[in-house]
Amino acid sequence: MAIPAASQLKLYKNMLLMRRFEEGAAEGYADGFIGGFMHLYIGQEAVAAGAISSLNHDDYVIATYRDHAHALARGTPPEALMAELYGRETGVCKGKGGSMHFYDGSRYFVGGYAIVGGHLPIATGLALGIQMRNEDRVVMAFLGDGASNQGVFHESMNMAKLWDLPVVFLCENNFYGIATAVGTSSSYNEIHRKAQGYGIPGRVVDGMDVRAVRAACDEAVRYARQGSGPVLLEARCYRYQGHSMTDPGKYRSQAEADLWKKRDPIPRLARQLLEEGIATQAELDAAQVEANRIVEAAMQYAERSPEPSPAALYEDLFVENTFHG
Amino acid sequence: MAELRYFEAVTQALQEEMARDDRVFLFGEDVGLVGGTFRCTEGLMAEFGSRRVRDTPIAEAAIVGLAIGAAITGMRPVAELMTMNFAIVAMDQIVNHVSKMRYMFGGGVKLPLVIRAPAGGGTQKAAQHSHCIESWFVNTPGIRVVIPATPYDVKGLLKTSIRSEDPVLFIEHENLYSTRGEVPEEEYLLPFGVADIKRPGRDVTVVAWSRMLPEALKAADMLAREGIEVEVIDPRTLDPLDQDTILSSVARTHRAVIAEEGWRNVGVGAELAARIQEHLFYDLEAPVQRVAAADVPTPYARNLEKLALPDARDIADAVLKITL
Repeated sequence: MAIPAASQLKLYKNMLLMRRFEEGAAEGYADGFIGGFMHLYIGQEAVAAGAISSLNHDDYVIATYRDHAHALARGTPPEALMAELYGRETGVCKGKGGSMHFYDGSRYFVGGYAIVGGHLPIATGLALGIQMRNEDRVVMAFLGDGASNQGVFHESMNMAKLWDLPVVFLCENNFYGIATAVGTSSSYNEIHRKAQGYGIPGRVVDGMDVRAVRAACDEAVRYARQGSGPVLLEARCYRYQGHSMTDPGKYRSQAEADLWKKRDPIPRLARQLLEEGIATQAELDAAQVEANRIVEAAMQYAERSPEPSPAALYEDLFVENTFHG
Repeated sequence: MAELRYFEAVTQALQEEMARDDRVFLFGEDVGLVGGTFRCTEGLMAEFGSRRVRDTPIAEAAIVGLAIGAAITGMRPVAELMTMNFAIVAMDQIVNHVSKMRYMFGGGVKLPLVIRAPAGGGTQKAAQHSHCIESWFVNTPGIRVVIPATPYDVKGLLKTSIRSEDPVLFIEHENLYSTRGEVPEEEYLLPFGVADIKRPGRDVTVVAWSRMLPEALKAADMLAREGIEVEVIDPRTLDPLDQDTILSSVARTHRAVIAEEGWRNVGVGAELAARIQEHLFYDLEAPVQRVAAADVPTPYARNLEKLALPDARDIADAVLKITL
């Protein structure tokens, strides 16, 4: 099914926003506004943008610690996300989660999780809940290549197929778990083949091509939604930066990085939109200006926002705190 | 009043809550077809069907993760871990996920889920099947720890746990399942954070929970024959903890013994002893005593296991040490 012109322009804007957001976050980190671990998504934008555009607004999205772009794709306001990175009370988690733990329940973005693979049983449980409630929803669960070596990945795949749960596992294979290459950590280089052991369809998709990601996810989401069970997609992509802000990424060659950057998903889609007459250069330029403006405004908003009050320290632990009355 | 066995109190609570709220469902290893290794879910699959009483693969981490995900969708899952020993396999899900999510997501999520698991040694199950590790979870903010000792407390607290908007670790005891106790015919719920004075006494306060409660009551009987009146308090929930009831008892008796089946080193008893001295240092007539398991993996040999695990005699000895 062809992707409507308006949707394609939206995908382009989305990817621009993701990239500019990450560049802004890197500036905020360098300036000392952001602390802790922060993992940038630059280079992988086509995956989150394409995949999440396949979903309905009330499908669940669950992600890893590299979660900024996924929340943006879900429509969470960039200023609330930037404020979270800055540790401010206006942040999407009131400053208590930070970069690795975005959450926006109102948009069914049910979190960024920082234990590799730890969120996959939760994704499976979301799908079980959907099935038990007879709801017309699916779960899109993002994971990294490293997660596919964790025990809970296999437990989740097994249960998801056992009960034919509506979940799409989308592995963003950027070929490195921090510094360890897939080839030295996984018995299969082709991660989607791990689905075979569970009788689950496994597909590979070019994660540097947003249209390809969208098409593959459309199909996978349709399959899961109609009750046929889970799917494992492997989107091959590349993170341009190190694993996190403190990783210079010396384990990768410049030649390898250059090769991937030639396939950068943003200029690639720009060329396609121009060649096919879907957008004009003026529209694309305006989109870049708009992304810059949004991120600049988000950074100003974050910087202006207050830190959480000391009273917040003991808030949000439990729903029910009184037991004697 | 009907007399129920401890495991039947579990079953009744589950049955009533499932009948009351169709969002409640059970799953775990062998909970369905055979009704649970300790018979706690007997008859429930027949009554509620295999969707609401679900046998799962042996995959404890994923079992807990399933509960989290299902709770987010609006279900009220009750996951059974066949024993507390297997909770160790699921530690990442319990500690890193269940207990952290609400706080780290700024209150954005609520997780009304229950994890049930029986703990305990005493019947030669050896090192990997005898754990009493409630202290690990009391040390983890973000999850309630409920640990009842009697059929009455089991039923009332399990119903409260299922209706709780927060995640609950509900710890049963393998050696208490066949014990009996009176349970009202009519519905009742018991609040969290309210300790129960199981036996009043003026000379010394013994705080005991789970299998140590019957041992403490046995010790109190023994000591009563020697003229020592022991007050036995069961906190019933360790998070939240009813500190006030414990402190006001010790303020009266001026002496305290804490009895737990878990290891002594950095156990719950250490925390309670610390709190008692923080608040009542000048009221104490004697050092606070701890009765707990020897700090070794639980041995298999009957005589060694008996040496390793605390019992009524050890509790009585601890009381005598500070009352004579």
